[in-house]
Amino acid sequence: MAESPRIARTLAVGFGLHLKMMTRSSFDGLLGVLWPLFFATVAFLMFRAGAGGESLVFASFGAAVMGIWSSTSTSAGSAMQRERWHGTLELLVTAPVHFAVILLPVTIAMAAMGLYSMTATLLISRFVFGVDLPFEEPFSFAVALVATVVSIGAMGFLLAVSFVRYRTAWALGNLLEYPVWLVAGFLVPLALLPGWVRPFSWVLAPTWGVDAIREAATGGGPWPEIGLALGLGAIYLAIGVAVLETVLTGARRAGTVALA
Amino acid sequence: MAVVEAIDLHRTYRTSTGTLRRRWIDVEAVRGVSFAIDKGELFGLLGPNGAGKTTTIKMLITLLLPTSGEARVLGHDVVEDAQWVRKRIGYVFGGDRGLYERLSALDNLRYFAELYGVDPHRQRARISELLELVGLEGREKERVEGYSRGMRQRLHIARGLLHDPSVVFLDEPTIGVDPVGARELRSMIASLKAAGKTVLLTTHYMFEADALCDRIAMVTRGRIVAEGTPRDLKERVSDGVALGRVTTREPTLEDAYVALVTEQPVAVDG
Repeated sequence: MAESPRIARTLAVGFGLHLKMMTRSSFDGLLGVLWPLFFATVAFLMFRAGAGGESLVFASFGAAVMGIWSSTSTSAGSAMQRERWHGTLELLVTAPVHFAVILLPVTIAMAAMGLYSMTATLLISRFVFGVDLPFEEPFSFAVALVATVVSIGAMGFLLAVSFVRYRTAWALGNLLEYPVWLVAGFLVPLALLPGWVRPFSWVLAPTWGVDAIREAATGGGPWPEIGLALGLGAIYLAIGVAVLETVLTGARRAGTVALA
Repeated sequence: MAVVEAIDLHRTYRTSTGTLRRRWIDVEAVRGVSFAIDKGELFGLLGPNGAGKTTTIKMLITLLLPTSGEARVLGHDVVEDAQWVRKRIGYVFGGDRGLYERLSALDNLRYFAELYGVDPHRQRARISELLELVGLEGREKERVEGYSRGMRQRLHIARGLLHDPSVVFLDEPTIGVDPVGARELRSMIASLKAAGKTVLLTTHYMFEADALCDRIAMVTRGRIVAEGTPRDLKERVSDGVALGRVTTREPTLEDAYVALVTEQPVAVDG
């Protein structure tokens, strides 16, 4: 079989199986119900007390993307740790396929799990808080959603690369969860943040992902934001692949792959 | 040409003690291990816990980099040609780990078949063959979390053979398995040799090594202290090389093991 279709197939099989595995945990399922409720409630209480109206729509989509990011950032580290506990990480590292092809579907499956959280958040917005959510451009909204999931998955991939080498790097995922909520403009417009924060926002794919979703929903034309989200995702992926071999060699030298 | 060669392999781990005043310590897990395994041979590594058996295997399967020394599988260096080597070896370890418990046996095998480059058109047939070989046909759609230790171990072996490797590394494959299950596994291991595969086996069970292995290397404290056929090793005991008294019964491999590993004469009074 030619190399590229084979890689695409391996990515698809890995994505399907990891998604299947993640949906089989009743505890994770419970968190999937509680988290969106928490995100949506905090966002609405804040914004209803303030400006209301369009701000509630802004907050709804922001809170929805928070679910995708949180699912990826916190799970990417624990997933690698879980592979260690299961004793499967050594089998994955010694598989005769590039490790990026193994790791990427795991983090994209995590981001895709966030879609559930996103749907739940939007449903809560609509039916619990009565926000009239617009969907002006359904097609571009769907593309923006896929671009956001893929680019956040690629960011999770970059984080997961370090989790392979350092056993306690999962804490980095937790550490990044809340700052990215703020810096990517999920709940607060970027214009309200200090100027020096902007460059950090610009290099984060979730910033453009959430912008693209908002633009598509309100009919503003999301294509430049979609392009930026995907472009940044491709850069994260390229950096991750470039450093992965070095990271794996370091783990094989230090003997940390098999250590739980 | 030897299929597996270890030449003066060394492996040192760096670990630390203390919290505020951290002190780094180098632990030598493998200290100059050399051996060669011929095609179709079943070679055993025996030794106490912490002797360096698993570390040696992990270097041979490309999971760990040797601190020094060389290792080759099918003539290819395990450091320089790691990807080449990985395509041609199978690795099976003992215990409950190494499987996705929330998935079925079939899903586990499908995933690893994909990762180990099994031709997609051949995957279904290959998985069926292996499920039959390890006696899990009819149970393949159940989640692994409901499997017994013996079933998991058989699934491990199926996973390790998916890509039909010519060299198989088995790291304590019967550990914790009940006697009936262990006997089935031993028969499966013997069938690998019968199929022409080269096998490196580590085990703590002397009768297992005696029954299965063509040759054995005894390892202790990171070094090989004796190597030979099971008969050679037992003869060393009866010849008084490792045992300083007349025996009243035939020495066993366990007598040889205890004598060689502990460097103490062993009484074999019957």
